Amino acid sequence: MTEVKTSPAAAPAAAGPSAGTGTRRAARVKEAATGWLFVLPFAVLLIAFLLLPMAYAFKISLYRSTLIEGEVFAWFDNYKQAIDDPLVREGVVRVLIFGLLQTPVMIGLALVAALLIDAATSRFSRFFRLAAFVPYAVPVVIGTLMWGFLYSDSVGPFAWTGIDFTSTGTVLASLGNIVTWQWAGYNMIVLYAALQGLPRETYESARIDGASEVQIALRIKTPMISSALVLATLFTIMGTLQFFTEPLILQPLNPGAITTHYTPNIYAYQQAFSFQQYNYSAAISFLLGAVVFVGSYIFLFATRKRSALQ
Amino acid sequence: MNIKKGSVAAHVVMGLMAIYFLLPFWWLLVAATKNNEGLFQSASLWFSDFHLIDNLKVLFEQDNGVYLTWLRNSAFYAVVSGIGSTVISALAGYAFAKLRFPGRNALFALLLGLIMVPATALVLPTYLLMSQADLVDTVWAVILPSLLNPFGVYLLRVYVADSVPEEMLEAARIDGAGEVRVFTSVALPAMKPALVTVLLFSMVASWNNFFLPLVMLSDDQLYPLTVGLRAWYMSAIMGNSGGATFNVIVTGALMAIVPLIVAFLMLQRYWRGGLTIGAVK
Repeated sequence: MTEVKTSPAAAPAAAGPSAGTGTRRAARVKEAATGWLFVLPFAVLLIAFLLLPMAYAFKISLYRSTLIEGEVFAWFDNYKQAIDDPLVREGVVRVLIFGLLQTPVMIGLALVAALLIDAATSRFSRFFRLAAFVPYAVPVVIGTLMWGFLYSDSVGPFAWTGIDFTSTGTVLASLGNIVTWQWAGYNMIVLYAALQGLPRETYESARIDGASEVQIALRIKTPMISSALVLATLFTIMGTLQFFTEPLILQPLNPGAITTHYTPNIYAYQQAFSFQQYNYSAAISFLLGAVVFVGSYIFLFATRKRSALQ
Repeated sequence: MNIKKGSVAAHVVMGLMAIYFLLPFWWLLVAATKNNEGLFQSASLWFSDFHLIDNLKVLFEQDNGVYLTWLRNSAFYAVVSGIGSTVISALAGYAFAKLRFPGRNALFALLLGLIMVPATALVLPTYLLMSQADLVDTVWAVILPSLLNPFGVYLLRVYVADSVPEEMLEAARIDGAGEVRVFTSVALPAMKPALVTVLLFSMVASWNNFFLPLVMLSDDQLYPLTVGLRAWYMSAIMGNSGGATFNVIVTGALMAIVPLIVAFLMLQRYWRGGLTIGAVK
């Protein structure tokens, strides 16, 4: 770092009236150089694997590849096509319905579980905390494979019910169950951690006023952890819009029910790798990414009083 | 009396939920002990003939022992991207929290915005860029993108700002330590709990990763477990002869999650610590 000390920025200061400012300025230059050195690897990765792919996706989404002319600049034609594409719309509507139904069920389940383990302190509640969180440690692919077997009418334990878990009408609920099973415990721990951070004295005065444990849980604890609830909901919705792995794994069980345009992400994947429609696929990906990005911001902005990310 | 009644009800609810969360594991454990016939013919939630050892033998011999290769690949990807991304995040998080340099605020604001960019939307353009750089179907295609961990940088910045006192850094500087030395011998030890959590989360994210390796890799010798098991499952469902049978896939799934669950149970206090940094801040 010696070259930094003698850099032109530091030199005039050293010749100034006070030698103290000189060394301070040299130290500041050195600090700045170190700072940049430390963030450099991260900044390079950020450019190479976030900004560059984003810019590249946007660029190719503006082109159209034709047999006769090759790559042609097409302005926003791909986006127009995506917005008009009934298959894209079907996928978007599906993930929206899925998110609206599955998110409250899962967050509700996680909240109930978190309130229970916060109130009950027994050996069983510790065991329960672990049991609920373990599915999170399982790769989504393997969790989905397991449920695929459990849903099966030949090897699954629910065959006796006669329900076809992968029919057109039921498969969305079956997928919702997998997501709930995998992530409810994770969200439970997030909410439980927030509950643990609350001041215990608050409950005491409510108890003296005659409030029951259930009332305390619903009227005092729940509102006080609303910021954690907001964040958990946000991450769930962001994940839902990008729904990909679970339906892709279950697809071979019933390709008629889980189509190649089942979710926007599966459709984009299909367009790129089955039909080599990279330009169109990039437009769909970019559109979806933009919706998730803008949606997250609007959600955070609308709930900013309650969320921690101010 | 009332409290007791409530407590019993609470434990009943927790018991039912625990059954829901654990049932698939029980099924998997039982199913892995059956041969393919037994899988289809016996009661699905209880043991019949014991074939776990045979299943393991077939699992490790299937397709010239490719399962072991997948297991090794998964471990390799997880360890390299985990350690790499933690080191890079630690350097950046520390710099954002404690060092003043021009462009710091702009870069950090950019990072905050980019945390919201959905990872899956980037996989396809990253693939196209990688293929232009001739890196598709190499280990680099899986490892390099996994080194980027904006959320890890954010968490470490928050942690360092709160728990590494400025005076300690200043004292080390006055004692004549260089900036790198200040970081490695003063800041890093104080960051340890947060580093462990970031390391755990990024290793698990990489171990569980599916979309990125699915897109990047076509050589099955480079597959991680997730992509490999899915390939076996696909061919078994399609009824391809000579492929892995369902009992082998089930045993493979069990073998893939056992180390993870053991590690998870041993390290659970770090998990919860990590979630707390993210949730309550």
